[in-house]
Amino acid sequence: MRDFAYHRATTLEQAGPLAARAESAILAGGTTLLDLAKCDVVRPAEVVDITHLPGLADIRADAESLHLGALVRMAAAMRHVAVRAACPAVAQALALSASAQIRNMATLGGNLLQRTRCAYYRDPASFPACNRRTPGSGCAAAGGVTHHHALLGTSEACIATYPGDLAVALVAVGAVIEIGTRWMPAEDFFLLPGETPHREFALEPGEIVTALCIPASAASRRSAYLKLRDRASYEFASVSVAAGLELAADGTIADVRLALGGVATIPWRLHAVEAALTGRHPTPATLREASLLAMQGATPRPDNRHKLDLAPRLVHRALEQLLQGDAA
Amino acid sequence: MSPLDISPQRGDAGDGIGGRPPRIDGLAKIRGEAAYAMDQPVEGLAHAVLVTATIAAGWVRGIDRTAAEAAPGVLLVLTPGNTPPLHAASTWTGEAPPTSEYRPLEPEIRHVGQQIALVVAESLEQATEAATLLRVDYEAAPFLADFTVPDAGEGQDLPPLTIERGDADTALASADIRISAEYGTPREYNVPIEPHGLTARWDGDALTLWEPSQWLDGMARNYAEWFGIGFEQVRLISPYIGGGFGSKALALPHGAIAAQAARMLGRPVKLVLTRPQTFTAFGGRAATRQLLELGADADGHLLAIRHRGWQETSRNGLWVEPLNAATALMYEVPHLSSRQRVVPVNTVTPSAKRAPGENPSAFALECAMDELAYALGQDPLALRLRNEPGRDPHSGKLWSSRRMREAYAAGADSFGWARRNPTPGAMRDGPLRLGWGMAAGTYPVRRSAGEAMVRILADGGVEVASSTSDMGTGAYTILAQTAASVFGLPLARVRVTLGDSTLPRAPVSGGSQMAGLMTGAVDKAARAAREELIGLALNDPRSPLRGVANTLAVAEGRLIAPRGEAPPLPIAELLTAIGRDRVEALRDTLAENGLKPEDRYRAFTTVSTMRAPTDGEYSMHSWCAHFVELAVDEALGSVRLRRIVTAFDAGLLYNPRLAESQIKGGIVMGIGQALLEGGIVDRRHARVLNNNLADYLLPTHADIPPIEVISVGEPDPHASALGGKGVGELGIVGLAAAIANAVFHATGKRVRDLPITLADLC
Ligand SMILES: Cc1cc2nc3c(=O)[nH]c(=O)nc-3n(C[C@H](O)[C@H](O)[C@H](O)COP(=O)(O)OP(=O)(O)OC[C@H]3O[C@@H](n4cnc5c(N)ncnc54)[C@H](O)[C@@H]3O)c2cc1C
Repeated sequence: MRDFAYHRATTLEQAGPLAARAESAILAGGTTLLDLAKCDVVRPAEVVDITHLPGLADIRADAESLHLGALVRMAAAMRHVAVRAACPAVAQALALSASAQIRNMATLGGNLLQRTRCAYYRDPASFPACNRRTPGSGCAAAGGVTHHHALLGTSEACIATYPGDLAVALVAVGAVIEIGTRWMPAEDFFLLPGETPHREFALEPGEIVTALCIPASAASRRSAYLKLRDRASYEFASVSVAAGLELAADGTIADVRLALGGVATIPWRLHAVEAALTGRHPTPATLREASLLAMQGATPRPDNRHKLDLAPRLVHRALEQLLQGDAA
Repeated sequence: MSPLDISPQRGDAGDGIGGRPPRIDGLAKIRGEAAYAMDQPVEGLAHAVLVTATIAAGWVRGIDRTAAEAAPGVLLVLTPGNTPPLHAASTWTGEAPPTSEYRPLEPEIRHVGQQIALVVAESLEQATEAATLLRVDYEAAPFLADFTVPDAGEGQDLPPLTIERGDADTALASADIRISAEYGTPREYNVPIEPHGLTARWDGDALTLWEPSQWLDGMARNYAEWFGIGFEQVRLISPYIGGGFGSKALALPHGAIAAQAARMLGRPVKLVLTRPQTFTAFGGRAATRQLLELGADADGHLLAIRHRGWQETSRNGLWVEPLNAATALMYEVPHLSSRQRVVPVNTVTPSAKRAPGENPSAFALECAMDELAYALGQDPLALRLRNEPGRDPHSGKLWSSRRMREAYAAGADSFGWARRNPTPGAMRDGPLRLGWGMAAGTYPVRRSAGEAMVRILADGGVEVASSTSDMGTGAYTILAQTAASVFGLPLARVRVTLGDSTLPRAPVSGGSQMAGLMTGAVDKAARAAREELIGLALNDPRSPLRGVANTLAVAEGRLIAPRGEAPPLPIAELLTAIGRDRVEALRDTLAENGLKPEDRYRAFTTVSTMRAPTDGEYSMHSWCAHFVELAVDEALGSVRLRRIVTAFDAGLLYNPRLAESQIKGGIVMGIGQALLEGGIVDRRHARVLNNNLADYLLPTHADIPPIEVISVGEPDPHASALGGKGVGELGIVGLAAAIANAVFHATGKRVRDLPITLADLC
């Protein structure tokens, strides 16, 4: 039987070094970690349970920001009035994620660090080649079934999609990740695969995400998350959009925040679309044209080509909804 | 009992046949108290893990067991090289095996996921870990990933399915209106929530198996033959089933190897398949393709159907999914040509999934009828009514009952079909386009003999026993209701014991035949027990009712003299008075099914005596009409159902609440088939990638709209003893077509390959 050591950390100072050891893994809600262990993708020799660390499960809001502790459960965050007020996109992204059971267990920190759903990555016994799992081993997905694979941010080495919803909303609204005493924009937290797809997050061994911070902004307060998928619930996004909008007094777009999920190797901020909209009047034509920029630079495959059209339409829809919300 | 006898209780809330009591096993299940086969505690258990092939074709040259055998707790490692053969068993259809030996672990590999080794250890975790330590040396061979790869070819003809009625080619050529289209369904998997598995224990030469089973006697026979022991030496126990949908009717290779390990070890062994293994240890519905050409005159009378079907099977087994099962009998059509081919590929042998045959057949036919209606400019419902056949166009026999018109009328009325604007895309709700679609479905009445024991107990209660199984469909409840009707007892006084092969026998719970045949057997046994009780009351010297009347009735647990010659006598008091602790009757319905006592074993352990729907004077089938409303987000391509109305004729419903549940369950499964389900094959490896419940999409609650089901059936005295027809599989038949037709109505797009997804509609 494959044994592993279990540590229940009680302080951050204690948890860090334990987690830094080779073959050690941090355990929060466990919904990703246990899943990957069952698939044989991870084989930790030591598990560091951080769920008993004090002070990491708070939700606080003030004039400057919304602070979400890394150990806040997805279910708690999505229901919290402060979250709903400060950033509806985050609350909606969480509510549309996974299942009620998983949301009750899973933490926000763990959620950011969930791994790709690439079927080739998740089945090492059948598909030994995976650069993300085993650097230099190749990519079994290339040339395979790739309708869920990324069109944006891909590399020769890896085309696996980042599957999470929360991170897409966080990236859109310019959230900041707190790692102990270090801070980092959410956008920088997720690493493009490039030639090193096994390096997925900008974390050093033993570093623990302690909180997510969403700076207060009008665009965040007026934000939404749309998630498109075949099944009405309990499915990862085929395409998703997080959108935030602030209109100036003259009706022009003062600030707009957009990010895509389900189509890229990392949560994909739409800077080009944002730039095309900022300062403009949100006319239907402007919205449509700007949305068309969403998939700029995409590398489609035969079985995911339809997302080239879907993603811009979903961006357009999200913007329309935010504008309608204004009229109402 | 004739159907008329019981009509007074039909539809009321009583406990007898036709009443609507909830499932008597429901509370236990909700509370987690119902112990399923694999929940049974067995002392001294060892745990097994199945190891499966990672290549699609070739040979296992050798398996290095050294590391696995040395791992902690490991008791036994079975591989092709060290596993003695079993005896080959005859088939479920009753044919002798082609070879004398059966090797549950074969060195020749024919599909990914084929079992190649079994590791048994003290704990599940130890076995799981040791299983990863086996080193398998393969010699790979070329393979066919599925029937779309060019090398798979056109496959072999299936002559028994050929139909040539009239001259379809000529009639098509002269038809005013013609449509031609090709329809496809992917591999669909049964994936019951309770995975397959078993616990096997040997006591000398006697084998006890705790294993979920839709057919205890058939599986017990199979195990007996494999191990060269007598049928009576096998005891199979399956108190409940956590879903099977056709996949738990047969003894399977993993059962053979687990039972063999138990025998070799001299210890009970438990094996439960992992979720991915439930995609390869047994087959689901075969992938299918159908080419349909329909020809009609300008008024919409069907003239001809030309039907060509292809389906997958495996390289080493033939599974036939009869693709013209509905095509041949739904409509009045003088000319029909139908052929089917079967294409062997490197997959596990496909098998039965809810309504094998009728389901894909109706999908293609009912979509084609919709296409024809549009080609004609007619309402799809009107087109169907125009082509309603007065008798079975295939066999020429009269229908025992076909209340299809009533189903169309009731369904259309409740749905509001008359308000439909036929133009595609014309009905809207804000940015959403609404689709209203309809389709019909059918499922045959299959009949087999049953056997049951009914025992009147000293306290006046009644026991019913049979080896038939309750798959969650409600067998416990309707069999209790059957006895309750005969004795006029409340349900609480009837105890039903099922799911044990040592009980009176029963054939397969498949083909939607169980309810009809088992209510018949229980009714017969209950009446026999009642007759004996009345005989004792009238004739036993110690009976208080001796000589008071010529006959007695039984109601509310009491014996009643017809004209009040004596006060009603509780059954319990009679038994006390005459010194009996029970009165029981064991009855079978072999004779009713044209069988002799010597056919008994064959009748219950094979399907060789199962009667076709046209065996006899009539052609017998259940019928349904589905009406579906959905909304398509045009820009985004997402489909969401809004409501479904299904009207059906399944004859008398033994318990309308449970029958409605079965129809709804079929509809829910049909929603999955239409919009979500399908095995995704990586053709480079012949591997199904979505072999788990996160990636193989089944409908969630959020996918299911309000469903209304309406019974328009009347008792059909030809179909079964009490007048019911099959219910379990009916609801799924035609549902996917109704959805596909609604999608067309919403969008103007014909999607002919299931499932219909975002990628098709955006
Ligand atoms: C069937 C299924 C469906 C799902 N559907 C969705 C969906 O639709 N949308 C979606 O967004 N997600 C979905 N998920 C993913 C789910 O949301 C994540 O599994 C969950 O959020 C992970 O949180 P956790 O606390 O359980 O993480 P864990 O499993 O405990 O940890 C996950 C990873 O993060 C690391 N980790 C955890 N906390 C920290 C920390 N504070 N600092 C540093 N490292 C840490 C762990 O070492 C591990 O590598 C689904 C999951 C499943 C199994």
